[in-house]
Amino acid sequence: MSDWIEIGLSDDVPLRGSRVVTTEQGDIAIFKAADARIFALWDKCPHKGGPLSQGIVHGHSVTCPLHNWVIGLETGEVKGLDQGCARKVKVKVENNIVLIDAAALRRHVA
Amino acid sequence: MKQKLVIIGNGMAPGRMLEHLFELSPDLYDVTIFNAEPRVNYNRLMLSPVLSGEKIYEDIITHGDDWYAQNNVTLHKGCKVEAIDREAKTVTAADGRVAAYDKLVIATGSVPFIIPVPGHQLPGVVTYRDLDDVDAMLAAARPGKKAVVIGGGLLGLEAAAGLQMRGMEVTVIHIMPTLMERQLDPAAAHLLETEFVKRGIIVRTKADTHSIMGETHVTGVKLKDDTEIPCDIVVMAVGIRPSSALAKASGFEVNRGIVVNDQLLTNDADVFALGECAEHRGNVYGLVAPLYEMARTIAETLVGQEAAYTGSVMSTKLKVTGVDLYSGGDFAEAKDREEVVLRDASRGIYKRIVIKENRIIGVVLYGDTGDGPWFFDKLKKGEDISADREMLIFGQSYAGGTPLDPMAAVAALPPDAEICGCNGICKSKITDAITAKNLKSIDEVRAHTKASASCGSCTGLVEKLLVISLGDAYKPNAVQPMCGCTDLGHADVRRFIIAKQLKSIPALMQDLEWKTSCGCAKCRPALNYYMIAEWPGEYEDDNQSRFINERVHANIQKDGTYSVVPRMWGGMTSAKELRAIADVADKFAIPAVKVTGGQRIDLLGVKKEDLPAVWSDLNAAGMVSGAAYAKGLRTVKTCVGSDWCRFGTQDSTGLGIRLEKFMWGSWTPAKVKLAVSGCPRNCAEATCKDIGVICVDSGYDIHFAGAAGLDIKGTELLCHIDSEDEAVEVIAALTQLYREQGHYLERIYKWAKRVGLDSIREKIVADKPRRVAYFERFQFAQTFLQVDPWEERVNGKDAHEFEAMRAFPKLMAAE
Repeated sequence: MSDWIEIGLSDDVPLRGSRVVTTEQGDIAIFKAADARIFALWDKCPHKGGPLSQGIVHGHSVTCPLHNWVIGLETGEVKGLDQGCARKVKVKVENNIVLIDAAALRRHVA
Repeated sequence: MKQKLVIIGNGMAPGRMLEHLFELSPDLYDVTIFNAEPRVNYNRLMLSPVLSGEKIYEDIITHGDDWYAQNNVTLHKGCKVEAIDREAKTVTAADGRVAAYDKLVIATGSVPFIIPVPGHQLPGVVTYRDLDDVDAMLAAARPGKKAVVIGGGLLGLEAAAGLQMRGMEVTVIHIMPTLMERQLDPAAAHLLETEFVKRGIIVRTKADTHSIMGETHVTGVKLKDDTEIPCDIVVMAVGIRPSSALAKASGFEVNRGIVVNDQLLTNDADVFALGECAEHRGNVYGLVAPLYEMARTIAETLVGQEAAYTGSVMSTKLKVTGVDLYSGGDFAEAKDREEVVLRDASRGIYKRIVIKENRIIGVVLYGDTGDGPWFFDKLKKGEDISADREMLIFGQSYAGGTPLDPMAAVAALPPDAEICGCNGICKSKITDAITAKNLKSIDEVRAHTKASASCGSCTGLVEKLLVISLGDAYKPNAVQPMCGCTDLGHADVRRFIIAKQLKSIPALMQDLEWKTSCGCAKCRPALNYYMIAEWPGEYEDDNQSRFINERVHANIQKDGTYSVVPRMWGGMTSAKELRAIADVADKFAIPAVKVTGGQRIDLLGVKKEDLPAVWSDLNAAGMVSGAAYAKGLRTVKTCVGSDWCRFGTQDSTGLGIRLEKFMWGSWTPAKVKLAVSGCPRNCAEATCKDIGVICVDSGYDIHFAGAAGLDIKGTELLCHIDSEDEAVEVIAALTQLYREQGHYLERIYKWAKRVGLDSIREKIVADKPRRVAYFERFQFAQTFLQVDPWEERVNGKDAHEFEAMRAFPKLMAAE
């Protein structure tokens, strides 16, 4: 069973934008697409570790600010000719409250 | 012994006749000319440009004195023939001179018709026929004085336009409902009238002259409806009639003109009549083309060849600068006639071809008369045009191929066929450039040849030439799309933003049918820039469409930290600023401090969450954002100039600071770096910058389009400017032109290569009002852009950017 942790309000994340949740294991990027859907990925591009949270959000994708790799927000998979995968974090929104899977944080360490 | 040829009159027709005669047989005749006018032969058709001041008499001389000498022609100037003795075969002039002839040519031309209304003999009433009339008009033409031209035909309108160009207030009165009704159909006449009215000439049609007013000199014209039009001169241009009094008195058969047969012989086998005085098969001609045909016939007959003149259809071109009008043949409507009409109202173009039994019988062209002679040639030859009919109205450029294959039509064009009318570029110039310079796109052709660079109406033709030259190597849709979200290129999108008044990214994507729901990281920043540039003060900047550096006003580094560069105007700093920078570096444990290539100090490795606090401290010391992250005005690099340097010619530092203070905050398609060097030693390295200034003793050399990055390229000289104020104006105008034309991420040197250096010089250097307009648009945009983004964020703007949504530092410790 997932152990959900509140991280803030959906309204706190700008449309076509992102916010960061800091942890001891590194940052988690919380994205909000133009259709208001919320996604979460570890904030590291599979290419050179660029902060995906700083990229431009378009559709259900984000373009990494360092070298323009395009990462799918749903799966973390790299799109286009490049290959790789950003690690996904389980996320859900209930009554405007954004929750992430605490287990993901623990597993990440283990 | 040579035969004697005597010519009465020295107009254009006998001049042309003699040219033919000397070509055919230079030594057959001794030629004597009696000219009533006191001068040599000149081109009467060019009197209008003389009247308007665009030419002088010397420009329009056809045969100068040397020509008569070379050809052994005796020319009696100012010598009017008063009698012809057909028995004795002599002519006698007013001064008593007598000349014997074997052959005589009467070419007395025509006299202007004067309507015998009351007052027609008053001083100030002039006709429009020869150079003396032009001189009389010019003597009266003073700016602000008034002229009335009676007659809205060819000559009247040319006179009106000429006098108006001399600064007179001109009214044209014309008895018929439309102007030039003998040459123009009502539609073309309407366009013509509109053009004249636009120039400030008053046109009154259906106006019948009652009398000319005045006691000792003309004071006005009174119409039959009692309207009185005050004026200082009256030009009578209501028509001409053949000058045949001498011939009549000498016993020749005269009807309206001197009656001639197909050899232009009168009822005397040794006497020809030529030109406007002759009447051939009941027709009298007043235009030059038929007279030239007559001239050829007489010359051929004189040397014993069989020749016949069988009559002419006539074409007319109005010689008023800026009015393109051509008409020929018969263009009245009738049941057995068809017509093809092309109208382009916004460009003021009207073309009408009248067809009868598959042959052109009339043509009227207004606005674009280039194909006039081509149509007229078909008309004269009576060519069957049924095969070409569908493309006929488009003229010669499109003729020759079948309508289904326009490519073949273009391929069939001769090398000298004009493709781009605006810039006068012919086919071979374009195809040669495509081959020699390896051009691949319409933009490149525009940049290198100017073809299709003005009105763009020939773009299709130029594209076909690319296809013909390159074959499959040319992608007809070679427009590079902005990105995968659209098929449109940058230029198209910019045009649509203006044309469709698109003022938000969602509206644009909807309207231009973007293929993705919200674009991508390539198109969104471009669109955001285009709208900022296009709609200053109206468009709301879309932060989420900006690259991170512009969103947070700092430069992201490889480890996710940022670099911060405060502005140092013109590269100048102070102990106070340096102290503040040192304090900031200590306080925030900034790991690296570096001097940049643009004469600034860079603080590297700042954590994102520290940015607002860093800025706050820098602001407190009077520093603002250096925009080192912006597709915008970056730095103005300077040398110490005349303030310190023993070689400095101008205050280069001062100009650099002034430019930077005026231009900071501006967003541009790509980064813009400036430099100002105080002398040609160029210590500020201005000649590899986007815009560079080299100060010299006499002022400022403005350079642009340099590069010292991926490409290395010296600048191009834009112009030399005397004053600092004007230098600032030119540089801002150039930047604005680039802001309006540049494609996103296209540096100035690439933009300049694409649009052509000349097109930039034309707008910024040659055309001062245009330069000022660009300058003013730049200045207006700046009023919205010069806000320090650091200060805004110190005061709380976009705070979410710099704060974590939530921090979990102790989560693992708790487990």
